[in-house]
Amino acid sequence: MIKRDLVIVGGGPAGMAAAISAHENGSKDILLLERDQYLGGILNQCIHTGFGLEYFKEVLTGPEYASRFIEKIKDIPNIEVSLKSFVVKLTTGKELTFLKPGCLTQVRAKAIIMATGCREKTREMVHIAGFRPAGIFSAGLAQKLINIEGLLPGKEVVIVGSGDIGLIMARRFRLEGASVKAVIEIKKTSRGLIRNVAQCIEDFDIPFYLSHKITKIYGKDRVEKVSVSRVDDAFNAILGSEFDIACDTVLISVGLIPENELLEMTRGASVPGLFVCGNSLKVYDVVDSVTKDSIEAGRVAAEYLKGL
Amino acid sequence: MIKKITCIECPKGCGLELDIENCHVIKVSGNKCPKGEKYAIAEIEDPVRILTSTVAAQGLSLKMVPVRTDKPIPKSRMREVMKEIKKLKISKPQLPGDIVLKNILGLNVDLIVTRNVC
Repeated sequence: MIKRDLVIVGGGPAGMAAAISAHENGSKDILLLERDQYLGGILNQCIHTGFGLEYFKEVLTGPEYASRFIEKIKDIPNIEVSLKSFVVKLTTGKELTFLKPGCLTQVRAKAIIMATGCREKTREMVHIAGFRPAGIFSAGLAQKLINIEGLLPGKEVVIVGSGDIGLIMARRFRLEGASVKAVIEIKKTSRGLIRNVAQCIEDFDIPFYLSHKITKIYGKDRVEKVSVSRVDDAFNAILGSEFDIACDTVLISVGLIPENELLEMTRGASVPGLFVCGNSLKVYDVVDSVTKDSIEAGRVAAEYLKGL
Repeated sequence: MIKKITCIECPKGCGLELDIENCHVIKVSGNKCPKGEKYAIAEIEDPVRILTSTVAAQGLSLKMVPVRTDKPIPKSRMREVMKEIKKLKISKPQLPGDIVLKNILGLNVDLIVTRNVC
């Protein structure tokens, strides 16, 4: 069992800001665990602009925003970064177990900051009836396939929900030459930022159906079409309003939820010295807020360590 | 003529009301900062966007390298610029800000890398 003052789980914007802030506030023994082979988290696949306006007072893409923090961390020898390190266990005694290719390591920390980000809600959480063919992706997975892997997952796309990632991906699919047949939102207003409706949907004349829902997905091997209905105030399909849209791909963009599977292992116990920040605490609209939140978490963790 | 648009300069997304005469904006209201007025005028007289995309990498640590135009380009030229981006390959290490393609289609705009790739 190795021992560290502060262990931070997650090397995305939250974990990086927390690590830098804890260091600036006096912590000198920090281990930052990241499961991917790079620091940066989800920012690496968010290649669009709109990041940093509040924190850096300039408009950056996701990778540019991340690289500002990555470069800073490189220059701080007191922050040890461990990549490809996937945390599988957390105890109330602040012991963490993480997998790294070839080894399983246990670390006991005096303080821990959980910066594990969030997850996308899935098709199962919005109850869409029909078949289970290939061609149904969460918007963020499609984003990874296009921007990181260089694969276009479909040619005729219908997007369920108007979360920001779905709106951003509508534009991305269009720029890659695919056709976006519709964005379907059950509520009366967009779920995502209104600026994304303007620059991703209106810029490309993509049909945007508010107060509508997908009632069924059809297709044997691959998605073939979806049925769409208008909904009433209780979100029930209005009889007779149904129509079909032919497509080969359905993206699900119905919101995000904090990722705290590890925290659940403590069964809700109050553990002094265990902190949570960024999207794993609360899903924020913009990364600048995640940074601000995590700087505070880093400071509080450093104060906690000083008081021991 | 009165036209309503959404400002895209920041996440606030102000609703702007423009008074337009002969394709020129004579008055902007609803903006909470000076960027809104600038955006509104550009949006009517010469709409522009920063274009972001990816370029395929060869023999490097990443499969795809994210890129963007260093300045906004005319909205009407986005498709053409995408075609130029598709022709590119990156085979040497790059830092954010490195230029991949100079003066794209004579628009006086460069295509720059946005992520460290080695």
